[in-house]
Amino acid sequence: MNVTAGHGASVRIDCCGKTFADGTRALEPATLDIARGETLVLLGPSGCGKTTMLRIIAGLELPDPGGKVLFDDKDVTSVAIENRNVGMVFQSYALFPNMTVADNIAYGLKIRGVGKSERSTRVAELVALTNITGLENRRIDQLSGGQRQRVALARAVAIRPRILLLDEPLTALDAALRDRLRGELNRLLRALGITTIYVTHDQAEAMELGDRIVVMRKGEIAQIGAPREIYFTPQSRFVAEFIGAANIIDAPLDRGDLVLPGGRQPTGSEKSQPSAVAMIRPESIAIVDAVNAPLSGTIDSVGFIGDRQRLVVSGASAKPITVDAPNTVKVEIGDKVGLLIPPNAVRLLPPEN
Amino acid sequence: MRDRLIFAGQLLFTIGVAAFLVVPVILSISAGVTVNYFRGIASGVTLQWVAQVWNLYYDTILLSFLIAFATLLVALAVGVPAAYALHTRGGRLSRLIEECITLPIAIPGLAIALALLLTYGGFRSFRASWLFILTGHVIFTMPFMVRSVMAVFATVDVKTLDEGAASLGASPARRFLDVIVPNAAPGILAGALMVVTLSLGEFNLTWMLHTPLTKTLPIGLADSYASMRLEVASAYTLIFFIMIIPLLVAMQMLADQGTRK
Repeated sequence: MNVTAGHGASVRIDCCGKTFADGTRALEPATLDIARGETLVLLGPSGCGKTTMLRIIAGLELPDPGGKVLFDDKDVTSVAIENRNVGMVFQSYALFPNMTVADNIAYGLKIRGVGKSERSTRVAELVALTNITGLENRRIDQLSGGQRQRVALARAVAIRPRILLLDEPLTALDAALRDRLRGELNRLLRALGITTIYVTHDQAEAMELGDRIVVMRKGEIAQIGAPREIYFTPQSRFVAEFIGAANIIDAPLDRGDLVLPGGRQPTGSEKSQPSAVAMIRPESIAIVDAVNAPLSGTIDSVGFIGDRQRLVVSGASAKPITVDAPNTVKVEIGDKVGLLIPPNAVRLLPPEN
Repeated sequence: MRDRLIFAGQLLFTIGVAAFLVVPVILSISAGVTVNYFRGIASGVTLQWVAQVWNLYYDTILLSFLIAFATLLVALAVGVPAAYALHTRGGRLSRLIEECITLPIAIPGLAIALALLLTYGGFRSFRASWLFILTGHVIFTMPFMVRSVMAVFATVDVKTLDEGAASLGASPARRFLDVIVPNAAPGILAGALMVVTLSLGEFNLTWMLHTPLTKTLPIGLADSYASMRLEVASAYTLIFFIMIIPLLVAMQMLADQGTRK
């Protein structure tokens, strides 16, 4: 059983841009290195170029002249997808309706001339690995969405690809199933150890699955980093707002303190400037007694979510501030409260954009 | 009571319309098996006219089938890949080509035949062979094949299926045979039946293109109407019915299957 053999290739995308025939620029020239065995997530809103980048890596799109794709330092730019040995899972799964589950999974092996008995052993392995035992002889239209997703994954992995490419593989599923499959997928990708490139617009998926995340916006790479890096130290307003919830505060900076209507908030810096942009995550703000608090405001709304409550506090800053407070904190609309924010939880962002 | 009256009215109307359409068919068929049509069915029932038609025209019937299946082969070999290419390529050029393929539906068969004669009439041996008629039939039936296959392509996402097969290592030809054709099968089958039916019944174009040695079934039919006694002509109609109706029924059954799915 060789399902877990880690034999991924490294990927280098060198200056790959994409302009479509009608003149739209889907991807600005981008350079990106993906290490052997790494799981890289391309994250961004729709139309940000993430799928285009995946399709360039797959060989389904040709980059604009000058762009190069390298697998293990070998130039594969002009190699067609069928000769790149990549496994791909499509958003719509692209399962063949004219074949059974087992035939779908075995198709890539059949193409490679693998004998019948070996094919069926491999199918049995994959069916067990992806938890779809018993469905081998079903037709595709007799499967649920989650089952289809597993078949698509088994089929892509069956050929022992050097690189696994997943294009929004969980988007078509409902929320509860998506959460469960995300965990399963994470374990599976770790076990397979092959280089994986995963496209999604869902930041929770990106955080859980990615070794690194590439945040994209309007055809450009906005930031590359590990999930924690992206979350705690976003380099732009866009990344801060796209990943998780964020309070973005525009205020002058005086000797390292943000000067706000409700008080002064230290940022850990010593700088002074007439206008600054700061990001504060809602969960890093503590609700304290208004007396003696450096920053205070009035509760505007209380949303009880269960594990926590989401408060909106006005008056502290020009724009209302969102606070995720523990579910034990007792506050009501109209209460005057103090906000305690550790200086290292305030992230100053570059002023542009 | 009122509902019953309405129902009875509707039923009568439907029967009336059906009868209006069906009675000529029955009369025509019965004429083909009547000893003497002017004396009526009382003169006796016979298959002599059918036999006579077969003896006189069996070569036109055979040629018709030859042409129909040759047309089908060409329509399959050219039409299915063409539909696939037009669908996956997209763009303005594809639309233009699609329109050109569709044009023969709108242009009268006589005009197409005239154009063919003007262009290729000089090539004697081609002009005199059944291949000349085949050419006309292919032009005339191709839009039906291409359209019906393209209609299926529009409902199953063939582009993604094709990409899926490609990602698993299949060459373009392999993808076409393993994935595209099986998933377009309903459209190909419907198109095939349509092509055969249309080719068997085609008159306009064929009438212009035929020579005394390359007559098809409908040309023979016109011939017998013009020059034979009514019973023979009717017997000929009967033979035509026997050949064409199973095809029509098959087509209808296929269409039903398609809508049920």
